[in-house]
Amino acid sequence: MPDRGRIVVDRFKCAYCGACVSVCKNNANELVETFLTIDDSKCNCCMLCVKVCPMGALSVKS
Amino acid sequence: MSEYDVVVVGAGPGGSTAAKSCAEEGLNVLIVEKRQEIGAPVRCAEGVSKSELASLVEIKKRWIAAEVAGAKVYSPDNTVITLSAEQAGNEVGYILERKIFDRWLAKQAAKAGADILVKTAAIGIEKDGEALKIKLRRAGEFFDVTAKIVIGADGVESRVGKWMGIDTTLKLNEIESCVQYLMTGLDEKYDMDYCHFWLGHSRCPGGYIWLFPKGNGSANFGIGVMPSMAKETAKYYLDRFLEAEGIGMSKVVEVVAGGVPVSPMEKISTERCLLVGDAARHADPITGGGIINAMRGGKIAGKVAAEAVRKNDFSARFLSRYDKLCKEDFGKTLERNKILQKKILKMKDETLNNLAKSLEGYRMEDMSVTGIVKELIKRNPKIFWDLKSLFL
Ligand SMILES: Cc1cc2nc3c(=O)[nH]c(=O)nc-3n(C[C@H](O)[C@H](O)[C@H](O)COP(=O)(O)OP(=O)(O)OC[C@H]3O[C@@H](n4cnc5c(N)ncnc54)[C@H](O)[C@@H]3O)c2cc1C
Repeated sequence: MPDRGRIVVDRFKCAYCGACVSVCKNNANELVETFLTIDDSKCNCCMLCVKVCPMGALSVKS
Repeated sequence: MSEYDVVVVGAGPGGSTAAKSCAEEGLNVLIVEKRQEIGAPVRCAEGVSKSELASLVEIKKRWIAAEVAGAKVYSPDNTVITLSAEQAGNEVGYILERKIFDRWLAKQAAKAGADILVKTAAIGIEKDGEALKIKLRRAGEFFDVTAKIVIGADGVESRVGKWMGIDTTLKLNEIESCVQYLMTGLDEKYDMDYCHFWLGHSRCPGGYIWLFPKGNGSANFGIGVMPSMAKETAKYYLDRFLEAEGIGMSKVVEVVAGGVPVSPMEKISTERCLLVGDAARHADPITGGGIINAMRGGKIAGKVAAEAVRKNDFSARFLSRYDKLCKEDFGKTLERNKILQKKILKMKDETLNNLAKSLEGYRMEDMSVTGIVKELIKRNPKIFWDLKSLFL
């Protein structure tokens, strides 16, 4: 994957709703109860999950 | 390894209804739910039409939080349209307590004979000769069960479709990004006999703001925005609106977030697989409501699964009758409302204001989207010329 940075989760903001999971075509995001994980090996940093997050809990870190 | 006729993934209203329907048809069915508590955390504003719900289940007081007599819709300049069933002297809507409702539905499925496992996630599906091998993770342990058919009722996060070859990934113009506060002390400012809806692209781009009463002065106060149209987060727009309304943030008892699919799909079944509810994008593109359709689809899915098991035919072709039955039942309305949604999303706030004014003085008794749109078309034939044949 091209190195475009990685997506980081702000645990204090995340409301574990799963909206980000629904827009990820690579299935990189997974919600386990209240814990959102993002598999960097699957993520291509397309930013869709950052844009869909209702809480602003996701951001990209280079 | 346990063998089932059907494994249902997800114990929301869609999954539990599907499992109940399977069990009643005499199938051996298992529901797996990844969360440890069915129904919590809630991702819903909990509003349903009274008559539609009553057509599906026997109404129980213990999962009704409140009843409403109608709705008030506010255009961007706050022109109010009141939709009321007053004349009929009848409450038209329920606000559910989904933590209780979802559990009750799951128990109904169990009573009918379904097995249920919570804290158990489906993590993949393999085709195993004449059956499916459903890979599960329960509290950190991995195991498989086999099934003849999988019903994907795994909500907006759905993976089942993708595993089985239907790409359900949502685009940014196919989802509403939502946040909601359950607040108390709202009865001083708002009429709690009504649901309230605020429209306007500047205050809620590509969506709407809602207030659904939950009894004793409390209500679900929330927003949905379309990420392709919104520059900021859903939370930003909701907080800004509440501030403008003069609602303090000191009486919030619960925060809810979520995504709703608002773009129906052509194909919702394939070989050995049926999708139900939000996983099948069965929520309404205009209202975002998905509880009723999830249940209707679930009921149909159970019947089709049973037919497939009896005929021992799990082909995509045979199961496509599910698509057809859903389309006949509610899918046509979804497609029509998608066309309407696209049109409304293009309208400027000024147009919405004019439309609201065009309805002034009219006593609206038909509460449905269809009813309102019919009246709008009659009063604004030029704007809606292209929708005439769809609605009238
Ligand atoms: C903020 C908000 C407000 C809404 N307001 C309304 C409203 O007022 N009225 C209305 O009718 N609809 C409303 N909706 C939509 C409604 O909530 C959904 O349409 C409805 O819940 C769909 O039911 P379902 O059974 O398809 O999915 P869900 O209720 O989402 O259930 C899916 C279940 O599957 C589980 N699951 C997911 N993946 C797996 C896996 N891999 N393994 C096991 N389990 C899994 C999830 O944990 C979840 O419990 C709203 C939605 C949101 C987000």
